[in-house]
Amino acid sequence: MSKILIIAEHDGKKLSSASARCVTCAAQIAGGEITLAVFAADPAPIAQQAASLTGVAKVITITDARHAQSLAAVLAPQVVQLSADYTHIFGASTTFGKDLMPRVAALLGVPQISDAMAVESPTRFKRPIYAGNAIITVEVAANRKVVATVRTASFEAALDGGAATISAVNTDAPAPTHTRYVSLSAAASDRPDLQSAPRVVSGGRALASKDNFQLIYSLADKLNAAVGASRAAVDAGYASNELQVGQTGKIIAPQLYVAVGISGAIQHLTGIKDARTIVAINKDAEAPIFEVADFGLVGDLFQILPALEAALS
Amino acid sequence: MQKIIVGIKRVVDYNVRVRVKPDGSGVALDGVKMSVNPFDEIALEEALRIKERGEATEIIAVSIGPDDAQQQLRTALAMGADRAILVKTDQAIEPLTAAHALLAIIKTEQPDLVIVGKQAIDDDAAQTGPMLAALWGRPQATFCSKLTISGTVATIVREVDAGLETIEVDLPAVVSADLRLNEPRYVKLPDIMKAKKKQLDVTDLATLGVSIDDGLKTVHTEAPKARAKGIMVKDVAELVDALKKKGLVS
Repeated sequence: MSKILIIAEHDGKKLSSASARCVTCAAQIAGGEITLAVFAADPAPIAQQAASLTGVAKVITITDARHAQSLAAVLAPQVVQLSADYTHIFGASTTFGKDLMPRVAALLGVPQISDAMAVESPTRFKRPIYAGNAIITVEVAANRKVVATVRTASFEAALDGGAATISAVNTDAPAPTHTRYVSLSAAASDRPDLQSAPRVVSGGRALASKDNFQLIYSLADKLNAAVGASRAAVDAGYASNELQVGQTGKIIAPQLYVAVGISGAIQHLTGIKDARTIVAINKDAEAPIFEVADFGLVGDLFQILPALEAALS
Repeated sequence: MQKIIVGIKRVVDYNVRVRVKPDGSGVALDGVKMSVNPFDEIALEEALRIKERGEATEIIAVSIGPDDAQQQLRTALAMGADRAILVKTDQAIEPLTAAHALLAIIKTEQPDLVIVGKQAIDDDAAQTGPMLAALWGRPQATFCSKLTISGTVATIVREVDAGLETIEVDLPAVVSADLRLNEPRYVKLPDIMKAKKKQLDVTDLATLGVSIDDGLKTVHTEAPKARAKGIMVKDVAELVDALKKKGLVS
């Protein structure tokens, strides 16, 4: 039987929806038993949320003041110690999971699957390569642990309705002191979270300035949407790095994605392919974004955006 | 600080749109333009800037791949790397094997810092940096967008999902370069000529005592599902109408 350990992701208070998406992926492994591991300084509230997810059998908590921050060098040896009881170790394909899981896999001496997007069997998974321009099926050799990051855009979040048991465990893995957390600068925002929002409005280079990028925020407010940006817009300083959508930014799957002034480089398209409906607004009728858009509108964004906002009022 | 090792991977150029072979055996690579992985160029550029600030004395570019990867190492030498090492293999290898090969080189070269790209744009795995750090038992600083060195400590700003995280690591360490760490320089013709005379050693996995891990096999390659063709609307009113019909706006 498969026993799957998911390393929960959280901000110290709230379980990330990325972890709920990992649960859905893990639940597709037939006959699997799912355990969530919560490493935190105060894991209780996060463990409660994890335990209520449908499909989760057990939640284990590992309490340590150092877990107030998530350093891969500190966490990986502990995950390795816990891993003895499990056949699969999963983390979300977020910057947290992409930092931690390869370190775990290497310590275990096994390869890792990045961005698992479909479960074919307990040892067989699909994943994208070349910015999503090809999909490969990979098979993990028999008797080896399966360590994977889960492509969150490929799975819906598991819903509430579960009642898993919660228990505290201890690890005695030595924690290195060679890596030290200093600080996190995060833009405080009341807006919906880009990675999990049902609606996203993204702006590109055509916005032409940070001031003009406010037009994107304004439309997003009207739609109660999260804000995203193309690499070009981030590079130019119109938007901050955590808003970047694409191969090297966030891969998202909202119900509605509105791309404004984004030409649609393949690196950007790979981040939005799983959106249910894509709207593209661009003055260049030949822009590649129109190849993936469900609704395309050619024109000047500086005229279209105010008109669109007015029409939505 | 003395030595910096930089990982250089030969990959399909980022402007090429790859095609999947009809028989599902892989992607068609014949006659396709190959380049240095763009993130590795950023890694090398950072190493060059550290050396130019007088904080390092030697930069070694290391690649693992086919004989043709010498071309990418020559590019690295033209950019300014002092010498290069190719670990020759004609087999496609997983990041775990690449990390073992880099570790073997590290044991000989004893670098103070290793910089690699945060991911390669072919397999998009993003594993080699952290795997190497784990095997080496040293710190990792992934998704680096700013790197400052002060004696034996490096301070790294990381681009994480929540924003910008700053960490501090003791050297030696492995850093993986993100997009906004720097803008790589262009190679000038005289530098290409000079690079031809720089030292490029070729070794292989067997010589390094590294066996290829076969714990993960690619069994099939397919093209992604295409999105259904959409429609062009003529104005904002038509767009809002269409979105209302789908229940996406009220």
